[in-house]
Amino acid sequence: MKILVCISNVPDTTTKVKFKENNTLFDDSGVQWIINPWDELALTRALELKEDAGNSIDEVSVIHVGGAQTDATLRKALAIGADKAIRIDACAADAYYVAGQIAAYLKENPFDIVFSGIESSDYNGSSVGAMIAEFMDYPGISSVTNVDLSNSEVVLYRAIPGGKQKIKVEIPFVAVVQKGITNEPRIPAMRGIMMARKKPLEVKPAVEMDVLTKSVKFELPEAKGACKMIDAENVEQLVDLLKNEAKVL
Amino acid sequence: MSVIAFAKNWNGKFKNSTYELVSYTKKIADQLNTKLIVVSIGEVNNEDLKSLGKYGAERLISVNDPQMNILTSRVYSQVISEIAEKEGANIIVLSDNNSGKAIAPRISVKMKAGMVAAVQELPVSLDPFIVKKRVFSGKAFAHVQIDSPVKVLTIAKNCFGVLENQVDCLIEEFEPEVSKDLYKIQVLEEEEQKNKVILSDADIVVSAGRGMRSPDNWGVVEELAEVLGAGTACSRPVSDEGWRGHEEHVGQTGKVIAPNLYFAAGISGAIQHVAGISRSKCIVAINIDPEAPIFGVADYGIIGDVMEVLPKLTEAIRNSKS
Repeated sequence: MKILVCISNVPDTTTKVKFKENNTLFDDSGVQWIINPWDELALTRALELKEDAGNSIDEVSVIHVGGAQTDATLRKALAIGADKAIRIDACAADAYYVAGQIAAYLKENPFDIVFSGIESSDYNGSSVGAMIAEFMDYPGISSVTNVDLSNSEVVLYRAIPGGKQKIKVEIPFVAVVQKGITNEPRIPAMRGIMMARKKPLEVKPAVEMDVLTKSVKFELPEAKGACKMIDAENVEQLVDLLKNEAKVL
Repeated sequence: MSVIAFAKNWNGKFKNSTYELVSYTKKIADQLNTKLIVVSIGEVNNEDLKSLGKYGAERLISVNDPQMNILTSRVYSQVISEIAEKEGANIIVLSDNNSGKAIAPRISVKMKAGMVAAVQELPVSLDPFIVKKRVFSGKAFAHVQIDSPVKVLTIAKNCFGVLENQVDCLIEEFEPEVSKDLYKIQVLEEEEQKNKVILSDADIVVSAGRGMRSPDNWGVVEELAEVLGAGTACSRPVSDEGWRGHEEHVGQTGKVIAPNLYFAAGISGAIQHVAGISRSKCIVAINIDPEAPIFGVADYGIIGDVMEVLPKLTEAIRNSKS
């Protein structure tokens, strides 16, 4: 079996977000780029599944839609352990466009399992994975917190409000994964970084695809008023303020 | 022209977020001078369906099929798209929750409709159609323009509120033809936490961090939550350490919540944590470190040891209620 993990290239989560050109463009000067945190968890879980010989997974590849400047992020995915990276050479204009590009690749190069993170930490669109499933006419399972391939069948766990479901699904399918899928993302080791240099990073041209949405303006949240401090010996005052001033109790 | 709201039910019941969704979509329908159609899938009794009339659901299309009680995103998206085609809908609105996240992108592809997730308020503009959404995990907002004729939105919880608007709710039954092939997933087991407030639904959340020092100290957190009828949550280090389950982790990579009242006890307030809670209406921070960044985003703060402050607070709230 083969697993394809969709990778998004996002600003480091500690980035102080700024905009330019009259707040119409993200200012990427000085920004450190990372693998989207959920995609990194998905990749880690895919590698864990491959390392368990019983699962007979012979390939874990990553795919990304972006320009050449994102190759460093793909090299990191290879250093973590992916066998191959594919970059569709285009600007990731919107979720529909990105999902369409990945689906076009999948149609030519079938995979059994596709992993996608539940959202990206930049545009928080939370839609690419399910869109790929629809383009491919595959089952798609959202909010996946665990994947189990032992016992020669595919069992997924899906989070539901206040609980979880154990689900059986047939390949091929798309799993949109979230926190819990694995404990911690893997960090590339020196050996992995050396090996990554020799691993294939294929660059493919984009296919014709529409873009349906565009960000026309950005704004920063309003600054919060000062925090009202209350003495630790006088918690009754806090209760009073929550009741009568904030009116939330 | 019409506007569709998909009213998801949980075991046959609607939630406050469903009422908010209907209220929001009714408002857009009014702004566009068009009709609202609410769609319900799976078994829901007539009385519960009719209850949506309180929020402006004048027409409700119910697909009352027990086979559809469990979410299968392929089936749901096909049914909603079919109704949308039939009714000439140009805007389809869903709640931004697990099911909305699974269904909306599929409708977007089926109908070649531009989609925006987790919209924060009513559209900024109707022509061109522009909505505001949170980006960079809450560090900014984007105004996103949808250029396609049909548009799909999911709305963030507490983005609009519940607005009463009593109308007579006309219920129509609809039996779509759905191919058996679409039911490719099979639910083997379901586990639900009993007697616990569901975090994503909670109006009040008590959350705690590493300042608690040990998982054995969580009793004081749970007692405060109990007296408030609140949900419990935690910061990332706490769930990574296995002190609490991942389902409690709020923050950038965990759950993003928007309760009316959020208590952050022993949480320093790293930027990633704040991303998950910044839409809370009121934030109370309790921390021993006066320099903790959480005080920069809180409305009320107490400097002190959580192990001493939380029991006092529980007591004070209990007294104020009696």
